Amino acid sequence: MVLIRKFEEAAAKAYSVGKIGGFLHLYIGQEAVGVGSIAALTPHDYIVSTYRDHGHALARGLHPNPLMAELFGKATGISKGNGGSMHFFDKNAHFMGGHGIVGGHISLAAGIAFASKYKKEDSVTICFFGEGAANIGSFHEGLNLAAIWKLPVVFICENNHYAMGTPEYRALAVKDVSVRAYAYDIARDHIEGDEVRKVRDHVKVAVDRARRGEGPTLIEVSTYRFRGHSMSDPAKYRTKEELEAYKKKDPLMRARHELELGGLKPEELDQMELDIQTQIDDAYAFAESSPEPPLSQLHKYVYAEDK
Amino acid sequence: MAILTYREALNRAMVEEMEKDPLIYLMGEEVGHYQGAYKVSQGMLDKFGEERVIDTPISENGFAGIGVGSAMVGLRPIIEFMTWNFSLVAIDQIINSAAKMNYMSGGQFPMPIVFRGAGGAGGRLGAQHSQAFESWYAHCPGLKVVCPATPKDAYGLLKSSIRDNNPTIFIESEVLYGSKGEVPDDEYTIPLGLGEIKRKGTDITLVTWSRALSFALEAAEILEKEGISVEIVDLRSLRPLDENLIYESVKKTNRAVVVEEGWPVAGFGAQISHLIQKNAFSYLDHPVERVTQMDVPMSYAANLERMSLPNANRVADTIREMLR
Repeated sequence: MVLIRKFEEAAAKAYSVGKIGGFLHLYIGQEAVGVGSIAALTPHDYIVSTYRDHGHALARGLHPNPLMAELFGKATGISKGNGGSMHFFDKNAHFMGGHGIVGGHISLAAGIAFASKYKKEDSVTICFFGEGAANIGSFHEGLNLAAIWKLPVVFICENNHYAMGTPEYRALAVKDVSVRAYAYDIARDHIEGDEVRKVRDHVKVAVDRARRGEGPTLIEVSTYRFRGHSMSDPAKYRTKEELEAYKKKDPLMRARHELELGGLKPEELDQMELDIQTQIDDAYAFAESSPEPPLSQLHKYVYAEDK
Repeated sequence: MAILTYREALNRAMVEEMEKDPLIYLMGEEVGHYQGAYKVSQGMLDKFGEERVIDTPISENGFAGIGVGSAMVGLRPIIEFMTWNFSLVAIDQIINSAAKMNYMSGGQFPMPIVFRGAGGAGGRLGAQHSQAFESWYAHCPGLKVVCPATPKDAYGLLKSSIRDNNPTIFIESEVLYGSKGEVPDDEYTIPLGLGEIKRKGTDITLVTWSRALSFALEAAEILEKEGISVEIVDLRSLRPLDENLIYESVKKTNRAVVVEEGWPVAGFGAQISHLIQKNAFSYLDHPVERVTQMDVPMSYAANLERMSLPNANRVADTIREMLR
């Protein structure tokens, strides 16, 4: 979680000085959701992410260097510079992409789960999306298909209460997204997203259910982003008081507190944070010093090589 | 050599490929128990079972997404749209997901998927069921676009599309499903991007694909009686495009007309016209002309539908004018 926080703080800095272009959607404040959820998976399970994908990728264990390099648009990036912030992909890690179209990836996740079932493999796919995506057709179609075919997929709605600038009460006909599970006769769960172990334990139940062939689960995890929708959003649609209230429930503070209760000394934790900062500094330097993709790459990858 | 209908040729191609490769499956509305809305998948459920011939609910965006997701992890889906008109609710998955996946992942995710189904104008089906969308899909890099006009081509091109590691838009002509033609008994494929001269001629080159080939052939017969010799280039696939076949023909005839079932504005014929004027300009004795559907939605009324669609007489008139 600290790695994600520090990675994104470094990314924000790089964005503000023009080293990163495009959109940059930060995950700061939501770290416990990705880290807890992905901790419930095995390496052969699949993860499908959104445009806010840095945290999920790091939680999957992807090295920060190629991720930062991707943000910088460099040849050493995880998608060779063709993807950018919204399109991290790592086939080997079964990290099946950050996807830029809100909700479009929900049926892709169902498709990956479909393939697991087709090939009689016991992999489970988890799919992250925001509460805004829960209103698009792909969500309903994806959940319905996953339900009728009992696909091994866990749908995780990270409800950060704002779809860009639209608060949930202006967009969602039901307050709790997870009750939409009733419409598809699938299992549901609702978690507060500031406790990483709680998220892991709840998601694990759903992952195990999927692995047993008992079909999908819709989980809503309530969370909050401390920053705007993206770097270009000053987030004036919400009050300072609201933000401060959530910052008091910062999942990182909570995790640190729990680790201290578990016996780790503050100085040990401080040292770990320093080590992580060094790792991030290295990633920044790596990205900065990496070459841009060769111009010959412009036409490469439009089509796959022949079989 | 067997005489097969266009739909039988498509069926044979799918069956043969699925027999060879267990990673291939067919998915869509009514493809299984109903035996296909247009019977293209007739008998396939019995042969391959429900695990590989999969009926879906009405949810094009959803099952197109299932196809794309499953192709990311190595399956080779054939996704049937009952008609291409319904593909529009899945166009996000086709363009934003399938066409881009390999590129935006830096080559990590090839996309061996075929989207196929009925396209073009049918018998008085009205505005929402009579549309030719190949220009829409041909617009997008990352997709391949295939439009067969004969049973022989349908068979060979569908097999190539299924074997291709890229997302293929395979648009079948609704009115051609029952048309018959010779299909060689031995297995064969037709490479994507290889057009064919369907008729040799010396006075004018007629560039076409899919159902519009029939208008072209008919017009050529009419004009032959008037002493006009028409060469017909059937592109068969729009992406990749057999550009040289077009230029070679134009170099010989010095005139070209494009005949297509779709609308004129930003239609694929405009692209061909541009390519000819750019790459064979010095051979041209006349500006490239186009015969297309009228620039209106399709009417239900029989006479207006007839008037709206391209036909042999319009093609012949255009050519007579060009040769005057």
